[in-house]
Amino acid sequence: MDQILQILNGNARMDTEKMAVMLGISAEEVQAKIDAYEKEGVIRGYKPLLDYDKIDTQLVEAIIEVRVSPQRDFGFEEIARTISEYNEVSSVYLMSGGYDLHIRVVGKTFKEVALFVAQRLAVLDGVLSTATHFVLSRYKDWGVIMGEQGIDERRIISI
Amino acid sequence: MNIENLISDRAASLKPSGIRRFFDIASEMDNVISLGVGEPDFKTPYAVRRAAMDTLQRGKTAYSANAGLMQLRKSISAYMDRSFSLEYDPQSEVIVTVGGSEGIDLCVRAFINPGDEVLIPEPSFVAYAPMVTLACGVPVPLETLAEDEFRLTPERLEAAITPKTKLLVLPYPNNPTGAVMRREHLEAIADVLKKHDIVVLSDEIYAELTYNGRHISIAEIDGMKERTVIVNGFSKSFAMTGWRLGFLCGPAAAMRQMLKIHQYALMCAPTTAQYAAIEALDNCEENIAQMRDEYNLRRRFIVDAFNRLGLDTFEPEGAFYVFPCIKSTGLSSEEFCEQLLYSKRVAVVPGNAFGQSGEGFVRVSYSYSVNHLTEAVRRIGEFLAERK
Repeated sequence: MDQILQILNGNARMDTEKMAVMLGISAEEVQAKIDAYEKEGVIRGYKPLLDYDKIDTQLVEAIIEVRVSPQRDFGFEEIARTISEYNEVSSVYLMSGGYDLHIRVVGKTFKEVALFVAQRLAVLDGVLSTATHFVLSRYKDWGVIMGEQGIDERRIISI
Repeated sequence: MNIENLISDRAASLKPSGIRRFFDIASEMDNVISLGVGEPDFKTPYAVRRAAMDTLQRGKTAYSANAGLMQLRKSISAYMDRSFSLEYDPQSEVIVTVGGSEGIDLCVRAFINPGDEVLIPEPSFVAYAPMVTLACGVPVPLETLAEDEFRLTPERLEAAITPKTKLLVLPYPNNPTGAVMRREHLEAIADVLKKHDIVVLSDEIYAELTYNGRHISIAEIDGMKERTVIVNGFSKSFAMTGWRLGFLCGPAAAMRQMLKIHQYALMCAPTTAQYAAIEALDNCEENIAQMRDEYNLRRRFIVDAFNRLGLDTFEPEGAFYVFPCIKSTGLSSEEFCEQLLYSKRVAVVPGNAFGQSGEGFVRVSYSYSVNHLTEAVRRIGEFLAERK
């Protein structure tokens, strides 16, 4: 992966001046590359990495395993696109193994999520079955360990 | 009885490390943002920690062979071969030590007779001279200069050699300057050494943290392997400082002697750490590369930042330190560090802690996140602005 993407992956707010110094190229060059990545859709956006357990808002997340029957000519594409349209759905992956689509749904309550699955997802043409797993706690998300932040245990000075 | 009267002259003659007092002040303060550490900010790769846990789980807690687990020595031998094209026999030419520090001590003790001189380029790691003193040797500092990018020059070396010279310590990549010796510099040094009977103690603990091209060991230079003892270890490259594990590679005839000292003083290095180190050497090259890439980004950032602040900073090519010159402030190294600590709560290490030739410089470690470095640089900028 390009070093610019690596740096942004670690900290999407890193400013271009600093990146330029760190990479030994000009700030304009860095900006041009980022612009190109955005234009090509390589970079799809920037979001904060939230520790939801520390936010006061009620938020329930579930992972749903969906088995579907692939459609002639379209395979899984059409049903996956359809499911992606729902705002409640935050991610949709096509899987190998015991089921077909791995879906992440976010709602305010368990009931809301359960109803979404029952009333919107399970009834779609081609959906054979669903299995809903609620997320209880997040220990690591997007490569970052959640919960208590580690403290620097090193001595202030060592030689 | 006053127990102090019974202390040996040599122990009593050792000065406490130059930064002791400064460290005491810094560690009592709140809200200090430190650039003072000499160890990685990464944790030991998890696979390595796991390997240690597994061997504990299986009860592998006995002594190892004095020279270290044969499996680890084989891994070290393979590592030296693939990294530096240097062949060392795991049976007779490799010793696993308790940190690089013990390796230095063993080498000094094995070679030094009372009165023998040991050449030590400075600024450098603080432990060489005391170890030489404890072995009844005479430490001879060799000043290195910013205009030479803190490399040892053949002229400086030649001028310091006397009939008493036994050992040259070659501390590159260097703590505290970040200097490295490239092949051509090592060849020039080797040309001088080959005219004399002098052993090189090459401290290559930062070998993996070299940024413009790979590290070259002096043992790779023609005719030098037979007169070189290499000290290396796991602390810096694998982020394993607390495990206390290093190793020595050198000619069998010398290793035999060092092994005796090691055997009587330490018996063997901690076995758990040794098992972990096998995992580190055999399977964690990727982790090393990732850490090195990350250090390299910070290195460019911090060199640029200090030069912008008006503190001349040469571009170091190794380790994780920069060594800015603070002479333009009119302060001594210690004054600079103390005032910076008191007024802005930023801790850096006075350069003279690493030898008198470090006066006028401070050691800044970039073994910290970019955010941490940014905040520290901001505070140092304020400090400098307020002094004008």
